[in-house]
Amino acid sequence: MTTATPVPAEMGRRSRSPRERLIDRLFVRLTLALAVATAVLLAFIGLVIAWQAVPALQRFGLGFLIHSAWNPVPGREDFGVLPMLYGTLVSSIIALLIAVPLGLGTAIFLSEDFIPPQPRMAISFLVELLAAIPSVVYGLWGIYVLIPALLPVGHWLHAHLGWLPLFGTEPVGPGMLPASLVLAIMVLPILTSIAKDSLEAVSPELRQASLGLGATRWWTIFRVLIPAAISGIIGGTMLGLGRALGETMAATMLIGNANQLNVSLLAPANTIASLLANQFPEARGIQVSALMYAALLLMLMTLLVNILAELIIQRLRAKYE
Amino acid sequence: MMMTEHPQVQSLRKRLRFRTMVGWLMTGLVALCALLTLTPLFAVLGFVLVRGISRFGLDLLTKLPPPPGLSGGGFGNALIGTVLVVLLGTVISVPFGMLTAVYLSEFSNADDRQKEIARWVRFGVNVLAGVPSIIAGVFAYGLLVVTGIFGYSAMAAGVALAVLMLPTVVRTADEALKLVPREVRWASVGLGASNYYTIFRVVLPAALPGIVTGVILAMARAMGDTAALIFTALFSTFWPRSLFEPIATLSVLVYNFATVPYRPQQELAWAASFFLLMLVLLASVASRLVIRRYVQR
Repeated sequence: MTTATPVPAEMGRRSRSPRERLIDRLFVRLTLALAVATAVLLAFIGLVIAWQAVPALQRFGLGFLIHSAWNPVPGREDFGVLPMLYGTLVSSIIALLIAVPLGLGTAIFLSEDFIPPQPRMAISFLVELLAAIPSVVYGLWGIYVLIPALLPVGHWLHAHLGWLPLFGTEPVGPGMLPASLVLAIMVLPILTSIAKDSLEAVSPELRQASLGLGATRWWTIFRVLIPAAISGIIGGTMLGLGRALGETMAATMLIGNANQLNVSLLAPANTIASLLANQFPEARGIQVSALMYAALLLMLMTLLVNILAELIIQRLRAKYE
Repeated sequence: MMMTEHPQVQSLRKRLRFRTMVGWLMTGLVALCALLTLTPLFAVLGFVLVRGISRFGLDLLTKLPPPPGLSGGGFGNALIGTVLVVLLGTVISVPFGMLTAVYLSEFSNADDRQKEIARWVRFGVNVLAGVPSIIAGVFAYGLLVVTGIFGYSAMAAGVALAVLMLPTVVRTADEALKLVPREVRWASVGLGASNYYTIFRVVLPAALPGIVTGVILAMARAMGDTAALIFTALFSTFWPRSLFEPIATLSVLVYNFATVPYRPQQELAWAASFFLLMLVLLASVASRLVIRRYVQR
């Protein structure tokens, strides 16, 4: 796209009244101020949350991270976020383990000419629709459709692979497994669309050269296209990770909200986002502060992941534009 | 014609067959990936359609939710609440977002310092887009609810939603403004118009379809959002009376009623999901059509 040229301020200056010039300059200043405010909003959000978290920060310090009690009873308050930290990371990682191969496969399917352009565009659109479905609807669907459907699978896994700690508990319905599955569904669209975009951005000469040397289509895809697009694919995966870490409603409705650390995927667990969703409406005093502390951790985690993703994708854009 | 082939030719032929087979296998595999990716879409749409449509009727839109266990009623209050909260978010985020976009696309190319600022603003907006919606909720809670400025209210929810809408508004408005040919600006300035006049009377109207599309998309997203609302808007079983009280919304209704043991409430949750989904899909499809026509023009 051509970038817009600014309207040079000197142009036609002679014909303008001072008042008009003043308004003009104020207008430019105003847009600048709002633009900076938009950029600074992020820092402001962090500041507000950190400010509210101060009492908990002082009282629990870094021990908050490795502590696993969550006791809001007045007078005996004790808070630690380890099980939720574990749940957040593990559910997101499992979601990525499921979504990355699927998304990459779909991206390859949509970026190469396996099928005519028309149905290809239709499928891309449908994948985008997947991202438009509200997460609370995924949650509802998960409770009444996915969890009942997964129960027999869980029982089978426990019966046959129960010796593995991963399937070491009797399935109760909600748990890590259904939550991770829905998270995988929710990160698939962004992962697919960015992987597809970066595969399509690989210059056609590269592909032609590879095919011209006698490589097969799949050899070209695996040895030329994917390596060339890898930074975009990784960037998309990081964005997906950011989504999965912060996704709240679907996780809250499906993970079981048990503040325990259990290796089994069939056991209920909790994530930081679910903890916040569940406890904020009834929180009082130091509990609010502890929740703010947890929110701060979640924000830092997602920021880190998103900034990394953004840097990777920006570098990619610089390479191909 | 049949002659025994040279062993080298034979091995070449074998390799070719092997390659063809691997090719078909891989093609099948990626097609399967695409199929598996789309399966949840149809599974969700199908179930919401089947379970949500049975309750559909005028009552649904005009009545209050029934008390626990009783059937009948609707989600009229939540519908109004959703509209109010999303409008509040729009009213806050659109002026901010549009003027930010105006700066980014119109005024930021003057010198290196401004280019640098614009780069940082774009970076900030992109990172803001990745902020989880629950964090926007926590922010509004910490800024407006805990401090008692608004308490649990539609206002606090509007602020939280505005944070979520802002990146979409900025990015789509930025793109839409870039699509306006620069000759249009030159013509306007050449005729003696000032910057703000050029922007408001010439550039913005030309970019309007794109901007409106972005705003609609942002509103659709905000409509479905729940995490930012569960502890800012809270919920209410009554008709909304003011913007400074807890207010019912469709998405929070789905969340609250999904886990209650009463059948009528669960049905209401499905019906509300159906309604939300229709709104979101309609917005997505409509905006896509507008964009396509607009880009082609």
